[in-house]
Amino acid sequence: MINAKDRADMKDLTPSDAKFFKPKEKDNSGKERDSKICKTIEESIKKSGLKDGMTISFHHAFRGGDKVLNFVMDVIAKMGFRDLTLASSSLSSVHDPLIEHIKNGVVTQIYTSGLRSKLGEAISRGLMQKPVQIHSHGGRVHLIKSGELKIDVAFLGVPVIDRFGNATGYKGRSKCGSLGYAMSDARYAKYVIAVSESLEEYPSFPASINQDQVDSIVLVDEVGDPSQIGEGATRMTSNPKELLLARRAAKVIVNSGLFKNGYSLQTGTGGASLATTIFLSEKMEEENITASFGLGGITGTMVYMLKRGLIKTLLDVQSFDEFAAKSLGENQNHIEISANQYANPSSKGAAIKQLDVVVLSALEIDVDFNVNVLTGSKGILRGASGGHCDTAAEAKLSIIVAPLTRGRIPTILKRVNTIITPGNTVDVVVTDQGVAVNPKNIELKKRLKNAGITVIEIEELHKKAMRICGKPKPIKYSDKVVATIRYRDGSVLDVVKALA
Amino acid sequence: MKLRRSMLFVPGSNTSMVCNAFVYRADTVMFDLEDSVAISEKDSARLMVYHALQHFTYEDVETAVRVNPLHSIYGLLDLEAVIRAGVDIIRLPKTDTVEDVLDMQEVIEKIEFKIGTNKKTKLLAAIESAQGVVNAVDIARCSDRLMGIALGAEDFVRDLHTQRTKAGSELMAARAQILLAARAAKIHAFDSVFSDVRDKEGFAREAKYIKDLGFDGKSLINPNQISVLHKIFAPSRDDVEWALDVIEATDNAKEKGLGVVSIDGKMVDAPIVARAQWTLELAKASGMLGGDE
Amino acid sequence: MNKIKKSAYAGTLESSDAFVQIEPIEEDEIRVELTSSVEEMYGDDIRELIKSVIKELSISYISVKVQDKGALDYVIKARLQAAILRANEDEKINWDKL
Repeated sequence: MINAKDRADMKDLTPSDAKFFKPKEKDNSGKERDSKICKTIEESIKKSGLKDGMTISFHHAFRGGDKVLNFVMDVIAKMGFRDLTLASSSLSSVHDPLIEHIKNGVVTQIYTSGLRSKLGEAISRGLMQKPVQIHSHGGRVHLIKSGELKIDVAFLGVPVIDRFGNATGYKGRSKCGSLGYAMSDARYAKYVIAVSESLEEYPSFPASINQDQVDSIVLVDEVGDPSQIGEGATRMTSNPKELLLARRAAKVIVNSGLFKNGYSLQTGTGGASLATTIFLSEKMEEENITASFGLGGITGTMVYMLKRGLIKTLLDVQSFDEFAAKSLGENQNHIEISANQYANPSSKGAAIKQLDVVVLSALEIDVDFNVNVLTGSKGILRGASGGHCDTAAEAKLSIIVAPLTRGRIPTILKRVNTIITPGNTVDVVVTDQGVAVNPKNIELKKRLKNAGITVIEIEELHKKAMRICGKPKPIKYSDKVVATIRYRDGSVLDVVKALA
Repeated sequence: MKLRRSMLFVPGSNTSMVCNAFVYRADTVMFDLEDSVAISEKDSARLMVYHALQHFTYEDVETAVRVNPLHSIYGLLDLEAVIRAGVDIIRLPKTDTVEDVLDMQEVIEKIEFKIGTNKKTKLLAAIESAQGVVNAVDIARCSDRLMGIALGAEDFVRDLHTQRTKAGSELMAARAQILLAARAAKIHAFDSVFSDVRDKEGFAREAKYIKDLGFDGKSLINPNQISVLHKIFAPSRDDVEWALDVIEATDNAKEKGLGVVSIDGKMVDAPIVARAQWTLELAKASGMLGGDE
Repeated sequence: MNKIKKSAYAGTLESSDAFVQIEPIEEDEIRVELTSSVEEMYGDDIRELIKSVIKELSISYISVKVQDKGALDYVIKARLQAAILRANEDEKINWDKL
């Protein structure tokens, strides 16, 4: 036992200022076991200690079917909070109601990967005083870890959860599959509120978000609209131009020198990208080639390749459709990874650093190979940075697939309106009028030429696009900056200005 | 001889297809002013095709136009427009007799003379009736402008009192006759369209079948059919190896001043060399040997 | 300067096409009204094009309304000429001017 003298010599007993033990009454009732569960969002917000000026976060795994962000923002607005920073891993067209919250001063700063629809347009016309910070998926985690983006309260929508906070995305009515982006927020936010629609018995494992990361749990009617979560991402295209692009992209991969047993692959959504996977799997079966892993946003076609043994492992940060979401729960070689494990440049291990080939899309590409996937031909914010610059920077071969023109809108310009991915990280541009190879890839250019691929200088593609469409009049911008493009390392790569 | 495996039909009234058809690298792009264009749109489609033919995107593409029959009020106007615009081939619809070809030839000659062009517009006769099939041999030989004859199956089966089947037995006689007539006259033979664009296997089966019969190519209604067709028409790797050997052997022989060349004890004569050159051309056009498909 | 005989239209509202409506007016001018999906990039060029196509045919006293869905120049030209030929009820066509 410790006596009075020991107490006086306390300093010598421990290296710290540890206090003396005082017995507490033990609670045998078990009522604490449900203590994380709040009856309403409002209650959980009160518990979180949210204050004006703080930063709140959301994730975008439900994509166009997300019901959490709008619901929570309405409550926050009603509670009278102001001057908040909204950090959502991305924003889609369902989030147009944010416009009102911005107008009313509830939200005064936004961090996101993407902006679309009316919200994108309103911001392009100067809705916000502070420029939106556009980050990549990897860059977001970097901003969080480097301390710039301090998340005070994370609101994480999850399809199923147990009473202690173990949550997964591949079960339940509103399956979204991987919770990769939520995982990083859960790890770094000061206070985590999990919002779910389905309570499972404790312990619910394996879990994507774990009990030691969750502070409060709120059950709502629905976190997502299942019909909108997939957003038709895996629709196989019958568009002849997309199929032509896909065939050509597959041919580039096959002849790149990287197409051999154990290679790895990432493709995006969108018709041409999906179709590339199909043509590639045909070639893989023909030549008996197996990929070691498929990465990134995972689609049904990737799952198909996994099932056929053409890909050994899928590393899934975001499941693009119901097939991917279902497979994540069923196939032990379909692995969920966090945004930090996916693409953060300052992570101890981002999977993109092991990636061989990535197939990406573009709204605009310029003669220096810079790529824009954010602003449309009218200069309006209508896309997302996503993993574009992350994967282009790290993959051994980054391929941009885009039609030379879309109707009368040229894709290849003298200078893109907004740089999302710098040209020095882009290796090949595949268009319906020929393939341009970044001049630094001398060896690759030779390979593709020898394989009979029409290799053409990017300046020639630009000239041809101009000849078809005419030289476009430059977009008229004002001096006001509405969005800052943050490169994956946090540096400022470009800015988007308000329309004049 | 120019490769003419794929002839892509483009309705003259479908603006988006007119503007985009050049990207798919069909051997020939064929704008249609006839059956796919509604009566009320004949004039507008004619103007569209007139301008498309002169647009730089079709500079390096062989173009054909299926005009309306001469006896209709549109036929002559179509010809006036597209010959001025520099079309390569006129596809005559519903060719039943030698006279049909000669009448068309006469009108074309007049227009060419009037506008003072040196270009000699070629003709492709589409045979779409029992009468036409019966006359195919004479039709194939009747004009030096004729670069080929083609089977138009839809009207033909109607004339034959039958309908199209997946097996294609209803077209057996017509295909054989058209092919023989074309070969005897040393012009191209083209097969009809396969209209169910979703049935990829069915299309591939038919394409393989007509290729084995000896047809040079096929009319297509969807750009997605082009790569499938070209793959089927591609020579085998063995054929390409053989052709490369033949050319190498003849080149060596020339260098050494030898008159007679033989490979594996077999003599290589002029037709074999021509065959080998043709195979290599086809290989290049099929994306082999450093050619882009 | 020639007048057109009556009002007429040509084209469609499909993507990559243009819908052209023309009508005769009292004033000696070429009145152009354009709505275009590529207004910001090519609106001025398209208005120029419309005027030059009409001038080439020595036509005035005309009002032209074009709804452009991202059509290439030659498509707009073809649709406009078709409308004019229709308005004049297909007189003998002078192809050299088209």
